[in-house]
Amino acid sequence: MGEIIINIENACKVYESERGPVNALQNYSMDVEEGDFVAIVGPSGCGKTTLLWGLSGLHPFSAGKAVILGKEVDQPTRDVGIIFQQANLLPWRDLMQNIQFPLEIMKENITAYKEKIQELIDSVELSGFESHFPRELSGGMQQRASIVRALAVDPKILLMDEPFGALDAYTRDEMDTLILNIWKKTKKTIVFVTHRIEEAVYLANKVYVMTPRPGGNSAVFDIDLPRPRPEGITMETAFFQTVAKIKKKIVSDVEKQKEQGLYQSQAYSTVT
Amino acid sequence: MDQYDKQLEHEIPEFDHEEHGQSSSFDISATVNAVSVHGVKQVLGIVLVAVIIIGGWEALIHLFKVPEFVFPAPSAIAVALVTSMPTVFPHFLITLGELAAGYAIGATIGLLLAVLLTQVPYFEKIITPYILLLITTPAIALVPLLMLMLGFTIWPRIIAVALASGPMIMINSVTGFRRTDLAKIALAKSYGATTSQIFMKIRFPLAMPMINVGLLVGGIFGLITAVGSDMVGGKQGLGNKLAYYSSLARMANFFAVIILVSIIGISIWLIMAYVGKKTASWQE
Repeated sequence: MGEIIINIENACKVYESERGPVNALQNYSMDVEEGDFVAIVGPSGCGKTTLLWGLSGLHPFSAGKAVILGKEVDQPTRDVGIIFQQANLLPWRDLMQNIQFPLEIMKENITAYKEKIQELIDSVELSGFESHFPRELSGGMQQRASIVRALAVDPKILLMDEPFGALDAYTRDEMDTLILNIWKKTKKTIVFVTHRIEEAVYLANKVYVMTPRPGGNSAVFDIDLPRPRPEGITMETAFFQTVAKIKKKIVSDVEKQKEQGLYQSQAYSTVT
Repeated sequence: MDQYDKQLEHEIPEFDHEEHGQSSSFDISATVNAVSVHGVKQVLGIVLVAVIIIGGWEALIHLFKVPEFVFPAPSAIAVALVTSMPTVFPHFLITLGELAAGYAIGATIGLLLAVLLTQVPYFEKIITPYILLLITTPAIALVPLLMLMLGFTIWPRIIAVALASGPMIMINSVTGFRRTDLAKIALAKSYGATTSQIFMKIRFPLAMPMINVGLLVGGIFGLITAVGSDMVGGKQGLGNKLAYYSSLARMANFFAVIILVSIIGISIWLIMAYVGKKTASWQE
């Protein structure tokens, strides 16, 4: 860990919808150190994804700023890899062609990456499936392929937007362990958005809690569970206590907004 | 209980295959074998039906002594096809040429317009009513007018084919290009893709299944128009021969020409099925 490589200051995002402007994000600030693993949690619709898309430069913030590696973000850069909610593979390309897609877009010499890509494919246990099309792969395999696609470009930062939300519980746990291994090996800086507090606590060093919409800073929890984290850690008291602490914070945030009559129901039930 | 278990045994693997779609990757050879056995059975079935229909047709004609100028027997049609081939074949080539030239023009303009319109939504709103007009007006109806302008050449017919197939290809392609997958475009943009890269690598492949539909329907419309235009305004072409033989009540020759028209139609279908398999098989 070291210097701050992501700096967000008072980020705001207003979406124009048919029913008028929607305040999705309000004065959100955070700093992320190099090599850190940070998770962002919060009730549904609180602006977690908005924050990530703003940070990636895909949908820039309406106000405030984000600085990555000393440069203000105004468009996507190759230092930042995004893992989407769905694996987002192109169905007309086989697995290998999907992995090479970013390199193609950036007009890189693909042969120079051959060895590295193969290494990555082996590390996520997808070897032998290079010529398979996405429809022939399970959801977990597809998401692993999308992780390889992001890593092949070798970004310094990985932004992950509820990447395993669409997977079943067992595959999800496997993927969490996989991502921890990748983090340990590659020392990437990871910003991980999720609505599952357990996942956030299991993975991250720091868990940022966002307030209900419009998303703002609520609290930061340092997770001082030991590293490396064995899968069994999720069954220990310290783990539960941390999860409970964060849940309580989210519930109290929602209650506070309700008291002030500000709360816009966003299916709070997903935070359980 | 036993029965239930057995049922589960059958159902669970099935369900698994559906979910993960892995079966096709693991037992491709089994699938291929199944398909070929299935395929042979299918071909046999088709041949059998053909034999029954043609044989029954032949038998009924002879049984009721139907004169050839009312309804010819298959054997008479076959004879007519062979004997009239030297006279009819040049006309076959002319119709095929009209179709190919008109289709090429129509497809090129249709596709280019589709790309243009979907990139500039304002254009789309303005042009759509006129395209609808073109689609709903049979191009054959314009042939006499075109002949006044262009004379008894092959051009009125080529233009009619282009007018029939082009708009069909265009509207289907527009539907295809309108299919946008924001997540996939975002993926491309996150690596700094240019507008043309997004078009070539995302929008175009995404539109391909619909473009193929347009190319198939456009081809069939083009064929109808080519034959129709021959009938309306020409001294050549298969359509002209159809009109000629029917006016002379030479029905065996008439049917022989119909067979040639069908051959073109089926070829269009086969070619497009092949193109579809090559370019859009990812879409189930």
